[in-house]
Amino acid sequence: MKSQPNVVSRIGHGVIDSIWRLGSAARFLGQVLWRSGLSWRRFQLIMNEVYASGVLSLIIIVVSGLFVGMVLGLQGYQTLQTYGTEQSLGVLVALSLVRELGPVVAALLFASRAGSAITAEVGLMKTTEQLKAMEMMAVDPIARVIAPRFWAGVISMPLLAAIFSIVGVFGGYLVGVVLIGVDDGAFWSQMQAAVDVRNDVLNGVIKSVVFGFAITTIALFEGYDAMPTAEGISRATTRTVVTSSLAILALDFVLTAFMFKGI
Amino acid sequence: MSSLFTRIFIVSADNLIEINNVSFAYGSRAILKGINLVAPRGKVIAIMGGSGSGKTTLLRLIGGQLRPTHGEVRVDGQVIHQLSNDALYKIRRKMGMLFQFGALFTDMSVFDNVAFQMREHTDLSEELIHDLVLMKLHAVGLRGAHDLMPYELSGGMARRVALARAVALDPQLIMYDEPFTGLDPISLDVIGNLIRRMTDALGLTSILVTHDIHKSLNIADYVYFISDGMVEAEGTPDEIRASTLPFVHQFIHAEENGPVPFHYPAPDYAVDLGVAR
Repeated sequence: MKSQPNVVSRIGHGVIDSIWRLGSAARFLGQVLWRSGLSWRRFQLIMNEVYASGVLSLIIIVVSGLFVGMVLGLQGYQTLQTYGTEQSLGVLVALSLVRELGPVVAALLFASRAGSAITAEVGLMKTTEQLKAMEMMAVDPIARVIAPRFWAGVISMPLLAAIFSIVGVFGGYLVGVVLIGVDDGAFWSQMQAAVDVRNDVLNGVIKSVVFGFAITTIALFEGYDAMPTAEGISRATTRTVVTSSLAILALDFVLTAFMFKGI
Repeated sequence: MSSLFTRIFIVSADNLIEINNVSFAYGSRAILKGINLVAPRGKVIAIMGGSGSGKTTLLRLIGGQLRPTHGEVRVDGQVIHQLSNDALYKIRRKMGMLFQFGALFTDMSVFDNVAFQMREHTDLSEELIHDLVLMKLHAVGLRGAHDLMPYELSGGMARRVALARAVALDPQLIMYDEPFTGLDPISLDVIGNLIRRMTDALGLTSILVTHDIHKSLNIADYVYFISDGMVEAEGTPDEIRASTLPFVHQFIHAEENGPVPFHYPAPDYAVDLGVAR
């Protein structure tokens, strides 16, 4: 009984801290959006970051996309064969990738590859006083360092998700058509007929843009807010991966519920 | 040794920095308690004191990164904490700051570090920036290192690059936050002499926050000692050397015992060890 107030107090503190951090993150995002003018006027700043977070994530995205597509081909063929509809393998692979796996898995990979790197980089810049030095040089670190990375993430994410889906479809084709022997024409024609640009492709793109927005916001905030110590950066990097992953899955459910409610 | 210097210069237009009765606290923890300090143009002012005495806080107040809880900090006649964000950024273009470990941008080469402010704040052509950067690096003896990355530099070299970067746009004021920390004797001497030479050659005003009393006394025009958030002593280097004030004496002679205690406040030793009650 004696420890009860402590437990209640700890829970209370935890809740207050979480709400406080959420408020800080919202304020931080507001500042990033407000001070984004420089990034768009000097687009090269964004392009440099697209290279750092997008292009350098390509290998992991392509390799993962290929394997996910191949597994979909194997699993899908086995299930569809039971009902004698293995000709629809292309539809199954394409819809699974474009609607769900492409945006979600690419976002999870992006969070662990680029999100963690962004947090560590910004955290280290803070620890080594580079952000303060920039402020003292009359250069706004939010506009010069944070905003370009934010927009680079938002731009990179749908492109990476699209590449993931394309490579995944190719993986499904390799396993389904080349290896197992599903009819080539049926694979592509049924896919072409069933995949809708608005309902499937566009919704997938919207999802990946939202994920990009969420991942970069979390990664940048964690880096900017990190304790300026080695341990602080390590904890911030871990929090980025965990929080981003949970946010992606939660947002995916919400977006899917809105997008496919009539189906 | 008195506050005569402060009293004489406090009303002078020749002061680049005037700190009038400034107090600052983090929450309920008071860091500065009514500090008065002036930095006349073209002089090297050293601010000394033990760790945690509020020296770096003072630099942040001058740079406008913190707001005083009481009093005012004037830079070039303007009260820093009353400026708008734009005006603050404008006045910061007149300042340079050398951070304790250089704070070089780790993703940029030495050349790009020094060119950073020129590219951000001016419309100079790349050819002109190239020449200016090499001139700045030549002044600190590192023209040949312009292609290196920060991780390839020694501590002393990084500090010199940071100095070249701090003077890139010919500021009126340079603040040095512990510029001698962790340097070997040769590098320490090089940095110290550079600070004096740059101040004289470029007509700068320098504020030097440091622990290194002997080097500071060699290069500074005036010295302030801060302890427990207050100016404990001040004077020219000769006055400081001749001082009989216990605090200054302890500091100059690096004595273990004196007004600055060796031991952090603690209960009685015997009680802590359990041999007495």
